[in-house]
Amino acid sequence: MAETQTKDERLQALIARVRELPGVSAAVIEKGEAVAYVARDALLAVMTRLRNEEPFRFEQLMDLCGVDWPQREERFDVVYNLLSVSRNQRLRVIVHTDEQTPVPSVHTLWPSATWWEREAWDLFGILFAGQPDHRRILTDYGFEGHPLRKDFPLTGYVEVRYDEERKAVVYEPVRLTQDFRTFDFISPWEGMLTLPGDEKVHAQRLAAKEKEGET
Amino acid sequence: MSENSLAALPPVGKERKVVEFDSHAINFGPQHPAAHGVLRLILEMDGEVVERADPHIGLLHRGTEKLIEYKTYMQAVPYFDRLDYVSPMCEEHAFALAVEKLLGIEVPERGKWIRTMFAEITRILNHLLNLTTYALDVGAVTPPLWGFEEREKLLEFHEAASGARLHANYFRPGGVAKDLPSGLEEKIAEWAEKFPKFIDDLQELLTSNRIWKQRTVDIGVISAEDALAWGFSGPCLRASGVPWDLRRAQPYDMYEAVEFEIPVGKHGDCYDRYLVRMEEMRQSVAIIKQCLAAMRPGPVKVQDHKFSPPPRAEMKRSMEALIHHFKLYTEGYHVPPGATYTVVESPKGEFGVYLVADGSNRPYRCKIRPTGFSHLQAIEVMGKGHMLADVVAIIGSLDLVFGEVDR
Repeated sequence: MAETQTKDERLQALIARVRELPGVSAAVIEKGEAVAYVARDALLAVMTRLRNEEPFRFEQLMDLCGVDWPQREERFDVVYNLLSVSRNQRLRVIVHTDEQTPVPSVHTLWPSATWWEREAWDLFGILFAGQPDHRRILTDYGFEGHPLRKDFPLTGYVEVRYDEERKAVVYEPVRLTQDFRTFDFISPWEGMLTLPGDEKVHAQRLAAKEKEGET
Repeated sequence: MSENSLAALPPVGKERKVVEFDSHAINFGPQHPAAHGVLRLILEMDGEVVERADPHIGLLHRGTEKLIEYKTYMQAVPYFDRLDYVSPMCEEHAFALAVEKLLGIEVPERGKWIRTMFAEITRILNHLLNLTTYALDVGAVTPPLWGFEEREKLLEFHEAASGARLHANYFRPGGVAKDLPSGLEEKIAEWAEKFPKFIDDLQELLTSNRIWKQRTVDIGVISAEDALAWGFSGPCLRASGVPWDLRRAQPYDMYEAVEFEIPVGKHGDCYDRYLVRMEEMRQSVAIIKQCLAAMRPGPVKVQDHKFSPPPRAEMKRSMEALIHHFKLYTEGYHVPPGATYTVVESPKGEFGVYLVADGSNRPYRCKIRPTGFSHLQAIEVMGKGHMLADVVAIIGSLDLVFGEVDR
């Protein structure tokens, strides 16, 4: 690796190489970080090449997590944060999926993936094909539901207490002594973009925003 | 084997004898002094030897990630103190850097120096607790008695700067909460002169101690390849011989401007992990001294009052300052849409925050990458074939804190 290359140039070079891999639908730089979107079926093949081949050599899977976008058709993002210790580079790989379709498990490439995949299953209900250990990990034994989904309430459904009479821990539906409150901070002044008679300014602002997005 | 099945077997001749294998599972924790919190470890034993280890975690799961989705960015900071409560400021650091990246704001220089210095103070704080309680797990009582006294001095610096001993809430997106009180820098400088003596004392207690070495040398060995594959980072990875430190490789704040060395182990056993942490404390003291020397008076947080509160005196006179203050503490700031995975070298290793913003005043998703999670997962690989008492040494050497692992 030539030392004269700046960080930015190296990132560009990495992105160009990642884009060439079959199965990668898009590769972009976001806030100075490399991000690749990969088709679900091609995930294992892409990951194998990212792990083993020059100039990628991503020896480490640092993090795997889900992100829920309920309004989307395939509601989950599965995000893999890869790190190459030898090349000092990072790459974020993103795969889309829904509640039913399993994502190929990468535990054969990085054994550390097992717990991350268990966590994504526990918190989001994302399925991983080929994962031999598909137990829950963070929530209680016998827990129902997937708490980090956007449609799961913050308070949950059950609360737990020790019952002195029954001499046992019991689960009961959640009872709130005070109503759960969320405040809407979307300011009406910022939401209202077109003042009557001001349409021309608004059109210009949109055009400027679009231009900014391109660069 | 039950008595019935024994009876069904043919009788054993005089020249032979029955040997019963004692294979059973034991429950290590969740209430065990050496489990460092609430680890439940199911150990399948063959006599005294561990065959399989299956950690059950989540007993301290508080749903931090979900809670943060319902809080403004500023309200989310204190949750990070409660993750790894042994090194609170380093966790805040990751979140602060992530939000700053999404906002596109730059912290003033003094703010960066203070953060770098306190990140190193936190590193010593963490290593002091880990190394001494690790020694306690293995049977040495003196190290924690000495170490906690030193720790208390550092916690006083925490308190002087932030007002709290442990849950500091000091590093904020945009800088630090407030400037250091007058006289604190001198106190830290004075401490930094004396502290290396304590490291020498601690080293004398342990490094060449025969019992300590018998319990840790060649215990829980993990090779560099395995350590990488299992997602190790920080001192645990360096003890296996991989010279990888985020402070050097991907520097943040002022780490580019300070000089320090990265201790690397050779064998990847419990003893090397101890040695690496010992040396890291010395390096941290060196960094703290450099920070103190380089620090100049100036602002400690961004001067844009859309992101950091205005000074109280100004609020008494300026209407605009009052509005800014009110808006910041009710609505907070809106972060433009985007995502970032920002990492810091926390005392335990790579601590990351994957932050997704949707343009509102609350994070859309805040995934916390705990360090101990991957370390704990490898306990089966490291503990296999070792004695039960060695598992205790391995847990100690991995530096696990369950606030962070369980989130």
